[in-house]
Amino acid sequence: MLRQSRHVQEYGPTAIIWAAATMVVVPFFWLMGDLLWNGWNHLSLSFLFSAPQNAGREGGIGPILMSTLLVVGVCMGVAVPIGLGTALFLSEYTRQDHALGRLIRASLDVLAGVPSIVFGLFGNALFCQALGLGFSILSGGLTLACMVLPILIRTVEESFRAISRDQRLSAAALGLSTPTTIRTILLPAAIPGLLVGGILGLGRAIAETAALIFTSGYVDRMPESLMDSGRTLAVHIYDLAMNVAGGNPNAYATALVLVGLLLIINLSSSWITTRWTSFNQLPA
Amino acid sequence: MDLIQPTPRITSDSDERAGFRAWLPYPSTEPCCEPVAHIRAENLSIAYQGRQALRNVNLEINRGCITALVGPSGCGKTSFLMTLNRLTDLIPGCQVSGTLHINELNVLAQTTNLLNLRRTVGMIFQKPTVFPFSIRKNLELPLREHGTHDRTVLAATIEHVLQQVGLWQEVKDRLDRPAQGLSGGQQQRLCLARALVLSPDVLMLDEPCSALDPLSSGIIEDLIVSLQGHYTVIIVTHNLAQARRIADHVAFFWSYEGVGKLVEQGSAQQIFESPKEELTAAYISGIRG
Repeated sequence: MLRQSRHVQEYGPTAIIWAAATMVVVPFFWLMGDLLWNGWNHLSLSFLFSAPQNAGREGGIGPILMSTLLVVGVCMGVAVPIGLGTALFLSEYTRQDHALGRLIRASLDVLAGVPSIVFGLFGNALFCQALGLGFSILSGGLTLACMVLPILIRTVEESFRAISRDQRLSAAALGLSTPTTIRTILLPAAIPGLLVGGILGLGRAIAETAALIFTSGYVDRMPESLMDSGRTLAVHIYDLAMNVAGGNPNAYATALVLVGLLLIINLSSSWITTRWTSFNQLPA
Repeated sequence: MDLIQPTPRITSDSDERAGFRAWLPYPSTEPCCEPVAHIRAENLSIAYQGRQALRNVNLEINRGCITALVGPSGCGKTSFLMTLNRLTDLIPGCQVSGTLHINELNVLAQTTNLLNLRRTVGMIFQKPTVFPFSIRKNLELPLREHGTHDRTVLAATIEHVLQQVGLWQEVKDRLDRPAQGLSGGQQQRLCLARALVLSPDVLMLDEPCSALDPLSSGIIEDLIVSLQGHYTVIIVTHNLAQARRIADHVAFFWSYEGVGKLVEQGSAQQIFESPKEELTAAYISGIRG
């Protein structure tokens, strides 16, 4: 009896932990399985490069892939420098309890929780209408930049703060100026954190729908400039699944491409991070 | 650079350490520990966020000598060190009052050029803090920052300081390997080389051996002794035996209700053999602290 209760005490928590971990993994494999099962047959090189036809029921996703890359490119091109600068300001130029720093952090935390549809309406009002950019890839990219900035800044700031105080003191003790310390010591040390922040932001940007419907629009033609309207992968999936009867097969194939892109981005960032950190830990 | 034999003060405790010493190059100039004040602190007080950490320290540190700051944790020894190169400026809410001179330079003056001050006053920390890049770049970075860009000069200076700290033979073929791959003792010697690369006048060491094994600790100790006469060395240490072995002068700090004060200063021999204060005697004999 005693042995049985000890068994329960020992293995009970282990079983719960295993069950919790399994519950996280199962939906991922289920989703991937579903996408592969329904989308793989429609996937081909011509699907990736040809234009959609018959409202997306036929043809491929060439222009949509291009629009997605442009929107995400604009988003990250704007968000990374601003995010890096703000993170540096918060971690290196203001004390943690400084009023301005506290205000910025509180604003970022609120912004991080704002629904993407609200960002869409804000982007529409500011970029499309007030600044006259209209429904365009530029408006979409800028709106997404506003959306990913909070998560990017907080992640990068944390990675700067994680660098030991001793490194900063050692740099100062050698008479290194703050810009030199940032450029040569803090930035390289924060690269893994920067990548993680970038990937989290990129993941959010590439999978976004609501914010883009109001800003970059629906047009599925090949964009000729950043001022053209463009439809991203996520918007295409939404449209095929919700508005186009018989669009499901291509929606699955597009979703498979989107998840594949996310996997490639994630794996390459982990590879870069591992390479980066392992170089510095090689025996001399 | 001429090589001269190590000074007799160094005692052997293992073959490896003796081997290390056998080729350790020492500067050819005669060591000189002059009874001339190089650093003068008068009524120096330090407070963090209004809370006093060190009060009214009056201390003279002689040129070329090794001065050990001893005392229990929290008595303001490290704070004192950090005031000498104004690293206290980086600590939010830290206020320093009193006067502090290195030669004629008023350290605490607002007009003092901090980058030049820190070039003159080198510092080594408790844990080795090599930067996350190659051994060569660790040494080149401070030199480049202070205006040396000539590759020949850089290479010669790096070789010179690595020889000074006895690391050249160990790393000469792998200067472009990551510095973080070195052992703890080697990293600390690299930090020492990185401080020496700027040719400072004053070298401050904040418990430089406390994170090291006895062998590495012994090597660092030998190095510190070899610096005597060529640099004004200030070392914070909790190891009284070490202070006794290497220091010319000792300053004993104590914490009175959380406020650090200098209790007594004098030659190492006087402090360890005939201290004037009862508290010093009690601390040295292990009764207090």
